[in-house]
Amino acid sequence: MISYLLKRLVLMVPLLLGITLVSFVVIHLAPGEPTDLQTQLNPEVSAELQQRLRAQYDLDRPLLVQYGKWLSRLVRLDFGDSFSQDRRPVTAKIAERLPVTILINVLSITLILAVAVPVGILAAVRRNSTFDRLTTLFVFIGFATPSFWLALLLMDLLGVRYGLFPVVGLKSLGHDYLSFTARVFDILRHLVLPVFVSAFGGLAGFSRYMRANMLEVIRQDYILTARAKGLTERRVIGHHALRNALLPVITILGLSVPGLIGGSVIFETIFAIPGMGKLFYDGVMMRDYPLIMGILVIGAILTLVGNLLADLGYALADPRIRRG
Amino acid sequence: MNSIPIQEKSKSSFWRHIFWPRLRRNRMAMAGAGIVLTMALLALLAPFLVRDPGHIDVSLRLRPPSLSYPLGTDDLGRDVLARILYGGRISLLVGFVAVGIASTIGTVLGALAGYYGRWVDGVIMRFVDIMLCFPSFFLILAVVAFLEPSIWNIMAIIGLTGWMGVARLVRAEFLSLRERDFVLAARAAGARDRRIIFLHILPNALSPLLVSATLGVAGAILTESALSFLGIGVQPPTPSWGNMLIVGKQTLGSAWWLSAFPGLAILLTVLGYNLLGEGIRDALDPRLRE
Repeated sequence: MISYLLKRLVLMVPLLLGITLVSFVVIHLAPGEPTDLQTQLNPEVSAELQQRLRAQYDLDRPLLVQYGKWLSRLVRLDFGDSFSQDRRPVTAKIAERLPVTILINVLSITLILAVAVPVGILAAVRRNSTFDRLTTLFVFIGFATPSFWLALLLMDLLGVRYGLFPVVGLKSLGHDYLSFTARVFDILRHLVLPVFVSAFGGLAGFSRYMRANMLEVIRQDYILTARAKGLTERRVIGHHALRNALLPVITILGLSVPGLIGGSVIFETIFAIPGMGKLFYDGVMMRDYPLIMGILVIGAILTLVGNLLADLGYALADPRIRRG
Repeated sequence: MNSIPIQEKSKSSFWRHIFWPRLRRNRMAMAGAGIVLTMALLALLAPFLVRDPGHIDVSLRLRPPSLSYPLGTDDLGRDVLARILYGGRISLLVGFVAVGIASTIGTVLGALAGYYGRWVDGVIMRFVDIMLCFPSFFLILAVVAFLEPSIWNIMAIIGLTGWMGVARLVRAEFLSLRERDFVLAARAAGARDRRIIFLHILPNALSPLLVSATLGVAGAILTESALSFLGIGVQPPTPSWGNMLIVGKQTLGSAWWLSAFPGLAILLTVLGYNLLGEGIRDALDPRLRE
């Protein structure tokens, strides 16, 4: 197990290098210069100051040198300072926003699994029943619903019209004056709509995937054997079939990380939630390029970590891989 | 080269006698095809069906749906139905061109990787792995930040960040096809690599590509609408389903038709392409059906 983990970690190094290279190239191939927004749009900036800014960000050096310098700072976890008003280090800005994004994504994955696994199993076991048909219908609608539109409808209906849930931010105005439990409750209330919206597409995908897995598994001979032994249907499905049908879900969970992180831009922007997605969107609007490059790298690393965790989880759950 | 016409003949009979009847029997796929065709026709014929989508009449602003304005009017008194049909032209155009770009890049890279193997395969597939690490929406946003948000740039970016799946698919097809006898025969007949790749192997690898392209149009339309909704996609006054929803958000709680109808248009269109794509997959190979 340890050697497996080490092997995986070593394999990640070239990928990490590639990730930094792509992030760098993406930003620097684009026309215009990162300092344009600060200089060209501001008539008071003199040519001299412009030159100093360029020197400060090494923009006057060859691209390869710029990449080398940026990379050597990255290794020391220095992502540079943000271009925004506060000029704070990019790492600090990301660090304060990341927990919010991770919290929402973890909640949304939990919700997805809690609903999609039983729904998928039931749809597979009662194939072609009304329930199965309704699930299929929901799956196709879930795939086709733009998450931002769903957010808009829910904001309109549950937020504005019926006032059930707050639609902006993470905290109410008087949040700091509340007791601890009230504060937790306040944040949870703010999280209901964003978590639901971010889970919606995944709900459809996972139920469908779970159903397909289950249908595949209950065709196998060992299920026939289990039934022939005279086990109850409940035990056959809940024990023998479920464990095998759940295995591939672990991999898909890992693969869904980039989609979830990418999606956070959309719902965090709509609900004005101070997470990494909103930070990225604001950075894009301000052309805050140290921030953009930093979040690109962090986003890709999170994906790598997600895949690694999924593989480890798979190895833990499946003895054939663990010992192989 | 006698092998080509013979092969094409057997192909066309597959499409006509096996694929098409299977697709016809699939009611979901036919519904999807119906939606796809209707939407395409409405978008194409928009100039003959509706008013000028840019015509502003402030005296008519924020009218709810009525007989003369079936889907109501927006904050500037423009006809929402007209804007949705014209927006459909943009969405479909972006969807098709983006998928075209992604399919071309993916096919070429996947074919090279699968056909030549070894280091070519190694380099290309590692690049695919790296690109897949990025949340694609992040990558798209990062590039959009530094470009003019025109529809041409949007198409290019969605295409350039969406080819990895196609590359994997085509590579897998090539890996198995390159060992087949007809490839050996073509090589023995003296055909060069380029001819073998594009004339002999590629036509046989096209069916999975058809499925991924159909589903890809749905994905590209969703991405474009999200970008436009965030204000970095198609720019007003050009109508697109995504940027119409910006007004929907501003009039939240007072003009439901401004948020309901453009979203429904996206949902229906994406649903149509998804149903059709899945139907094509099932018709190509019923064994894949879950």
